[in-house]
Amino acid sequence: MISWLLEPLTYSFMQRGLLAAVIVGILCAVMGTYVVLRGMAFLGDAMAHAILPGVAIAYLLHGNLLVGALAAAVVIALSIGFFSRQGTIKEDTAIGILFAAALSMGVALISSIQTYAVDLSHILFGNILGVSLNDLWLTAGLGLVILLVVGLAYKQFLVISFDPVLAATLRLPVELLRNFMFLLLALTVVVSLQTVGVGLAVAMLVTPAATAYLLTRRLWSMMVISALIGAISSAAGLYISYYLNIVSGSAIVLFATLIFLLVFLFNPRKGLLRRWKVKTPRISVENKSG
Amino acid sequence: MTNPSLAEPARLDVENIYVAYNGTPALRDITFQVPHGARVAVIGPNGAGKSTLFRALVGLLPLQQGRVLIHGLALGHHLDCVAYVPQREEVDWGFPVTVRDVVLMGRYGRLGWLQHPSWRDHSTVTESLKAMGIVELANQSIGDLSGGQQQRVFLARALAQEPHILLMDEPFTGVDMTTQDVTLNLLDHLRSNQVTVLISTHDLNLAASRFDAVLLINKRLIAYGAPRQVLVQENLSRAFGPQLMVLPDGTMLVDQCCPPDEEIESHREI
Repeated sequence: MISWLLEPLTYSFMQRGLLAAVIVGILCAVMGTYVVLRGMAFLGDAMAHAILPGVAIAYLLHGNLLVGALAAAVVIALSIGFFSRQGTIKEDTAIGILFAAALSMGVALISSIQTYAVDLSHILFGNILGVSLNDLWLTAGLGLVILLVVGLAYKQFLVISFDPVLAATLRLPVELLRNFMFLLLALTVVVSLQTVGVGLAVAMLVTPAATAYLLTRRLWSMMVISALIGAISSAAGLYISYYLNIVSGSAIVLFATLIFLLVFLFNPRKGLLRRWKVKTPRISVENKSG
Repeated sequence: MTNPSLAEPARLDVENIYVAYNGTPALRDITFQVPHGARVAVIGPNGAGKSTLFRALVGLLPLQQGRVLIHGLALGHHLDCVAYVPQREEVDWGFPVTVRDVVLMGRYGRLGWLQHPSWRDHSTVTESLKAMGIVELANQSIGDLSGGQQQRVFLARALAQEPHILLMDEPFTGVDMTTQDVTLNLLDHLRSNQVTVLISTHDLNLAASRFDAVLLINKRLIAYGAPRQVLVQENLSRAFGPQLMVLPDGTMLVDQCCPPDEEIESHREI
């Protein structure tokens, strides 16, 4: 068993991959709690796709793809905040417009690149085994900053997510905080591209957090449980991909989905099976009295 | 304990405010003063702008005209001295927060950006929970509570804000007797702490018996003053129009339907 776990780690690319996967798993899972609670899954998905033009431009300019993605994500995050502020148009409408526009631009740019390369497909599907030492540092640094901010702004993010009316009466800068949250989400999505890619980023945001939601009744413990599930799924997925020789992003997402399904069925608080069991005696009592 | 008279220096000044939704006026020409520690009932038919008035007073709606002064200073100078309890909290009841978490949010306005709640904040929270009779529910999820209990949580939160002015929108509508009693006791508690209270209600009897003043509005100010002076047929028929019915013996009835979800709400308490 031990050798089964250690053997892949003799390769340095696997070590870097595992570290990156775990960092991304934790990061996505923590930001994911707000994504799930605020119903921002669509935003997360859109953000991942909207990053494409930034990546394409960075590729054309021979720049760092991650930096290009970062720039695009920030522009998109702030634009969504801008177009939907004061209820001019609804948030999901703004997301829909910008998401489609950015994706079209990305596809147009990519189709103009003659030497369509593996690098771009890695952005789409993730390339965890190609994580360089520089990428790892960038991932770790961004991850640390995001987690720090989420920790420091815990009170504020809790209030604007739970009760915006109270947030306004307490004179919190609700708009600013909302944009700030979009920005953190954008950064998280960019970081997650390396492991699961554009297509599956939303799963890493939503699945562990949704699983944790079923298990707890406090926000902070939801974050901790979600982070645990994210980290375990990322590590397990990477091992599965190593031994079964399948794409790592898919393996990670499928493992997280498996945990979700198990919790959905068997968890002691809101589990489906438990609810069925609880219902049965209630019906028999009604029959007796009736 | 002395009842503050309406002649004392005003704590809350509302000067000629005009509030509109998308260009349609919802409130206009509203001017009144509420003295330090007074208890005012806000009365008017459905759609009279009672909730709009509260939302404007707390700064949730912009004023097109006029101004609101608290302690003689414009709105916004006072960070958390006004607490507001909406008629029905529009929050996600599945949100993973406990009763204590929600009440603690009332303290956030007093905390710095990076500051953690102190033992004093926590003890204020406990006191507020005790005052509303829900201290044993502190660690429950808010989603597991009945409607009346949920309302008491939000009243406890308003209490934890230690406000100078408390605005409550229809706290007596569609709640169980326990919650109604606890709310009425709360009013006396607030009076002893010199908190100015504005409450909108449909209950004219309650307005007449438990309040220092009545503010009668229907998009405009109809009358403001002591209950006996305000709650007369002339004023009421101006505010309620055909909804007011006068019986031969002089009894006045207001034929007024309550918000549609009220029936359901009153059955939620088990």
